[in-house]
Amino acid sequence: MNYSQVLEIASCTDPGMVRSHNEDSIASDPANGLVVLADGMGGYNAGEVASGMATTVITTELAQLLGKTQPYQVDQESKKPLAEKLIREQVLKANTSIYQAAQSQPQYAGMGTTLVVCLFYDNRMMVGHLGDSRLYMLREGKFSQVTRDHSLLQEQIDSGIITAEQAKHAQHKNLVTKALGIDPTVEPEIREYATKPGDVYLLCSDGLCDMVEDDDMGMTLQAIGGNLKLAAQQLVQMANDNGGKDNVSVILVRVLREYPAPRGFLGMFRKG
Amino acid sequence: MAKLILSMDGLVLKEIPITKERTTIGRKAHNDIQIDNLAVSGEHAVIVTILNDSFMEDLGSTNGTLVNGNPVKKHFLQNNDVIELGKYKLKFIQEQGAQPAAAAADFEKTMVLRPSAMKAAAEQAKAMGGGAQAAQAMRQAAVAASGHAAQAAGTSEKPAPAHAAAPAAAPAAAAAAAKPGGQPLGAIQLLSGGNAGKELELSKPLTTLGKPGVQVAVLTRRPQGYFITHVEGAQRPTVNGQAIGAAPHPLKDHDLVEIAGIKMEFFHKS
Repeated sequence: MNYSQVLEIASCTDPGMVRSHNEDSIASDPANGLVVLADGMGGYNAGEVASGMATTVITTELAQLLGKTQPYQVDQESKKPLAEKLIREQVLKANTSIYQAAQSQPQYAGMGTTLVVCLFYDNRMMVGHLGDSRLYMLREGKFSQVTRDHSLLQEQIDSGIITAEQAKHAQHKNLVTKALGIDPTVEPEIREYATKPGDVYLLCSDGLCDMVEDDDMGMTLQAIGGNLKLAAQQLVQMANDNGGKDNVSVILVRVLREYPAPRGFLGMFRKG
Repeated sequence: MAKLILSMDGLVLKEIPITKERTTIGRKAHNDIQIDNLAVSGEHAVIVTILNDSFMEDLGSTNGTLVNGNPVKKHFLQNNDVIELGKYKLKFIQEQGAQPAAAAADFEKTMVLRPSAMKAAAEQAKAMGGGAQAAQAMRQAAVAASGHAAQAAGTSEKPAPAHAAAPAAAPAAAAAAAKPGGQPLGAIQLLSGGNAGKELELSKPLTTLGKPGVQVAVLTRRPQGYFITHVEGAQRPTVNGQAIGAAPHPLKDHDLVEIAGIKMEFFHKS
């Protein structure tokens, strides 16, 4: 199945107004229904290296595997869709690559990256994430955050130490508790969600959500979501107009219609 | 952090943050700020920055350097000074409270909090006891630990000094200041169609106009002013009779706009 007929994808990435180079990396594979966003960290250009490795490894490896397997098939071991295993294994592979590069080359020491990856199949999507890059959803006029950051701030909100309102003014927005490439192994958070035609998904680095209020992001998508490319550029511009303190990256995905997996007797003849 | 705004004939070309101790200006490519114009010497001038103070020095250029209209060899740059090299102008902007802002910018870099650091922080917090106090200790310990980890890992990220955390309101205030607010509020008045005569204030960051499926345009409110952008439809909106391009088109006071057959006037309210 070619998902480029089902999904409309637009993206935009920008260094922002303060940083001299862009450590974010974005990739999309419309044919396979895959989008990946990573926000790198580490000295010199190591952040770019880490985020670039993450998006490249995950898109190329998954593209190969998706040619051979169907993500909606149920994995016999875990009883979960195969997509879960596919994403987990590729995330771990990217983790190993980045970790080894960081270990073997002194200029890359300590580099790492956040990650959000979405794989669409069978009217569903599998979302994997690490760190404070986010996935939002606009469904039937309602804009909401799908992923929960792996950050000290989020943990403090969860444990009731501070309120969400106080969190907006917190000083330690930048401390993530999970990231790709920092440790020899990593446990990504992977969840499955049902999608509906008309949904718009927004993947972004913290350069967007730290600078632009959620309400303004939602309003932008509602107002000019009809032109996805323009909406992506508008979001980046809003972050920059508000100060653009960090690199800003946005990927927008619109579900155009239903895309059920071929099932049953007929499905056997309509493979892929 | 100080910055320079490069312009020619009143047109802003570039904004350049001053990040280095020596920022060179000249026609040749190796300069930090390259101005490819024959009136500019190969190595024309240099801006030397020591802490918060910046000095402009002419490097014996053929055509000389003016600061605020006066030829100078060496000059201690003040906020809003205008450096002129031929037809090009560089405006020097010294941001207020430069020191804490710079420290905060370093601090905002994303860093990983290792589980070991978390544990140490939690233990310290437990030892301290008590809610708010524990939270504070946890925060401090976590920040210190992560800064430490970054340092140990050999990355370039500087651990934030304890005092840098104090003016936390500063970045927020700066962000608020950058939001549209200084510029006059814009509005449109409909001149034709069923709602002719009606007025619409453009107080939101963006306002869409037109008929979905036929022609839609968006008016965006930005620090630089208002812009109109084409969103959808085969026909593009017109401003003063001219169809706009794909890029956002700036709106001036009393511009006449036509979207989906409806004429309207944009104006500044104040």
